[in-house]
Amino acid sequence: MAAPLSVKVEFRGGVELLFDGVKKHQVTLPGQEEPWDIRNLLVWIKNNLLQERTELFIQGDTVRPGILVLINDADWELLGELDYQLQDQDRILFISTLHGG
Amino acid sequence: MAARQEVLALQAEVARREEELSSLKQRLAAALLEEQEPTPERPVQVSPLPSKAALSRDEILRYSRQLVLPELGVHGQLRLATASVLIVGCGGLGCPLAQYLAAAGVGRLGLVDYDVVEMSNLARQVLHGEALAGQAKAFSAAASLRRLNSAVECVPYAQALTPATALDLVRRYDVVADCSDNVPTRYLVNDACVLAGRPLVSASALRFEGQITVYHYDGGPCYRCVFPQPPPAETVTNCADGGVLGVVTGVLGCLQALEVLKIAAGMGPSYSGSLLLFDALRGHFRCIQLRSRKPDCAACGERPTVTDLQDYEAFCGSSATDKCRSLQLLSPAERVSVTYYKRLLDSGAPHLLLDVRPQVEVDICRLPHALHIPLKQLERRDPESLKLLGEAIREGKRDAQEGAADSIYVICKLGNDSQKAVKILQCLTAAQVLDPVTVRDVVGGLMAWAAKIDGTFPQY
Repeated sequence: MAAPLSVKVEFRGGVELLFDGVKKHQVTLPGQEEPWDIRNLLVWIKNNLLQERTELFIQGDTVRPGILVLINDADWELLGELDYQLQDQDRILFISTLHGG
Repeated sequence: MAARQEVLALQAEVARREEELSSLKQRLAAALLEEQEPTPERPVQVSPLPSKAALSRDEILRYSRQLVLPELGVHGQLRLATASVLIVGCGGLGCPLAQYLAAAGVGRLGLVDYDVVEMSNLARQVLHGEALAGQAKAFSAAASLRRLNSAVECVPYAQALTPATALDLVRRYDVVADCSDNVPTRYLVNDACVLAGRPLVSASALRFEGQITVYHYDGGPCYRCVFPQPPPAETVTNCADGGVLGVVTGVLGCLQALEVLKIAAGMGPSYSGSLLLFDALRGHFRCIQLRSRKPDCAACGERPTVTDLQDYEAFCGSSATDKCRSLQLLSPAERVSVTYYKRLLDSGAPHLLLDVRPQVEVDICRLPHALHIPLKQLERRDPESLKLLGEAIREGKRDAQEGAADSIYVICKLGNDSQKAVKILQCLTAAQVLDPVTVRDVVGGLMAWAAKIDGTFPQY
């Protein structure tokens, strides 16, 4: 049984527009059988935070192309992507790449 | 009395000279453009810059403040003088970037931009002036830079970077700066840099945010390592739709110039393998660590599949410009032109005009008789907004002559959101949330209204 976790979830680069413009969310994830990883964090975000147009954030079981996931300021690719197990007080940032110039 | 007369005479003289000055400025702008050769069919042939053994007395004076920096010194300045930089995009990022590179004494700047200067560019594209509106940005930038530093060789390319020309062009330069404004060009520039073995300093900006990193430098990741798949076209926002503050592109362009200078002078960049995020609203910089080069990357991996430049517009499902897209969600019968709507308005036929733009755009300009409900409220089926709309429809029906059709015309800035709104209103009437009513949208929106019907209506 994994204990409840408190994590900071942030959306930037325009992703926040899918979350009513709110960039920072202090989130408490309830205790559950399985450890919390990014895969089930995405499901939790989809069910609890996402206001509209899910497909602009999630495709399949991962984030859509063009969104970079950062775990404590490091590219999630360095930490196992969807399989990274969340720790209490982690900072998870979802950032859309910008293309304007 | 005499004093009063002198004031009047001086005022007249000042006015006369101001007029003369303004006419001189116009002639200067025209002459600067005259100086430039017409756009060649093929990229200008440029020979390698000769190596330089020493700085002249004038150069020492000009660059003295940076020459006394031990990290740069004479050695670094000599390297800058023989360095060439290709700048892809002479817009909000490219202008400040090119300006600082020219000021610092970089030997040659290639300036790529297919677009022309528009008034809405001037708030952030600081090399272009009012007098050059309508002229090619590449030439306008080159003219500005020559005035700043005549020793820097500026090579304008007033054409789009294409898969046919990119590789040849990139190979002629030492460092490449991606200052473009669209996804296909970003993949094109990346692949050309990987194939040609050139470092790529890449920045972007939108609204109050900016991002900068260095790709394909000394074994670091390339753009495709980090973004193997392009984003869905409908998730990409351009500066015209999303807005951008000029200072934000300015800050990013300057950071880009710094990275280019450090690479060109041999100091090495700071953001290879990391991405700097700038949040101008919070005044916050955050540097995050990116992944390493991916062995399975399609461009720079061990067995690359990108061995040639491809069709990047097809790969990304979008065009290589930042111009607004035109959606086609409705049939022609569900749409009217601005000319049709103008006739309808003049005839006094009862109808409801629904403006679905965000409040911030309605604050800029509006048609006074329109009811305003933002598309976002309709998408959410906001009860307050639906009540307002329902009342407006019922009121319209009361006022309408017997037998007159009950119609709603939906308008927005360009005619994309209005189509989405028509789809929603059709659903709402079918579900009997709203009274039966015919809903159509106005093709081209308020910008078409400004262009074709009312020349005094603002364009933005």
